Amino acid sequence: MNVFSFLTPDHVAVLARGLSFTAAITIASWLLAMGLGMALAILNESGGRVARGVVAAFIAYQRNIPVVAHLLLWYFGVPALLPKPVQSWINVHNGELISVIAIGLCLAAYFCEDIRSGFRSIPATQHEAARALGLSFLQSMRWVVVPQALRIALPALVNHTVLLFKTTALAMAIGVAELTYVVRELENQTFRTFEAYSVATVVYLMISLALMGAGAMLARRYRIPAR
Amino acid sequence: MIEILRTYGTLLLIGSYPEGPLGGLALTLILSVLGVGLAFPLSIVLALCRISAYAVLRVPATAIVYLVRGVPLIMLVFWSYYLVPVLIGRTVSAMSTLVVTLVVYQAAYMAEIVRAGIEALPNGQTEAARSLGLGYARTLQAVILPQALFNMLPSLLSQFISTVKETSLGYVISVQELTFAANEVNSSLLIRPFEVYLILSLTYFAVCLLLTRAAHLLETAILRRRAGRSTTHAYATHDQVQPG
Repeated sequence: MNVFSFLTPDHVAVLARGLSFTAAITIASWLLAMGLGMALAILNESGGRVARGVVAAFIAYQRNIPVVAHLLLWYFGVPALLPKPVQSWINVHNGELISVIAIGLCLAAYFCEDIRSGFRSIPATQHEAARALGLSFLQSMRWVVVPQALRIALPALVNHTVLLFKTTALAMAIGVAELTYVVRELENQTFRTFEAYSVATVVYLMISLALMGAGAMLARRYRIPAR
Repeated sequence: MIEILRTYGTLLLIGSYPEGPLGGLALTLILSVLGVGLAFPLSIVLALCRISAYAVLRVPATAIVYLVRGVPLIMLVFWSYYLVPVLIGRTVSAMSTLVVTLVVYQAAYMAEIVRAGIEALPNGQTEAARSLGLGYARTLQAVILPQALFNMLPSLLSQFISTVKETSLGYVISVQELTFAANEVNSSLLIRPFEVYLILSLTYFAVCLLLTRAAHLLETAILRRRAGRSTTHAYATHDQVQPG
């Protein structure tokens, strides 16, 4: 059981390719989740009954269904509804795109909840004062409410970012060649289970810990002194 | 969608039981109960080690918690698939593999909830118990844990919801739970994947939504009860369910 003899240049190249897929899916789905989560949180803040209902329904739908089920529905179910030409276009690069959509939408619900609880902890007078000073709704959001809310939501957002990163491993269930998938392949070819899994575990652990550490640093850097 | 439910409804609910093994939603729920039920005592031990004064206990427990929380659940599933037979010297079913994984994973997450629950209690509770002459074990058993665990009930319920969703990983190692059953239905129908996986999603949705509502009710009840008699700040929250 020698992990270092397992790391031949060939194997390292395969692992690096897997890791690059993991990183690409993580970054793309994080951007989707963060963008949509923020948009929904602001919609929820601004909107009337209907908007709040839509946001609540989206969050409930995404949070009460496992990611594997989301992935299967998007991978096998949704393309079957599309017209044939679109289907064949998707088939060229489906797994990656679909895992980004499924994981991004699901984590958007969690990010939205984090940002919403950030909003809740900002006194309404902040928003009212900004409006009274002549800022529009979006301006007062952009310059007054969101910067404070994000700082309060930061620890929760970091936790869910780590979860998002770990969730990308599930993309293997629909055949995306990310880190977990290639490690399984290497294990199948070499039968060196212990070494293959150890390498993957160490890589995942180091990245998770790095994200947690970076999050703690950010939280210190952007702490609101008065709180 | 109705015909699919009519033809395959029982497969999705209980698998091929009673002719074959139990599966479907029933197995999903059994796996979740086993996972959380067995993880619970383990999580208390882990939490007590995490806050122990002795580094011999504290350091390994902390390492385990960080290790488990830093690695994808699917990676842990593969680890137990490989390690459990090596450790106990015989092959085990995919179902036992999944249960072991869920127990380890949930123990690490629940340990942090238990720890937070204990730390949220005022120090005076321990000090009062100790000065009344209770030992460490009696203090925990009669004073600290009953209060801490009561306050943590909603969080523990949300861990149960997370676990229901995490059992869907059984699909990857062919445990015949709900997701696996839906996949079987899809392979025998072939032409209606959207309906099949929508049924799958909505089933999880219904179960988890019910449990979420229950967690809400429990939380309000607990907050109301505590508002009457205690000043410890609210700790429990239902917002801890994770994507599974």
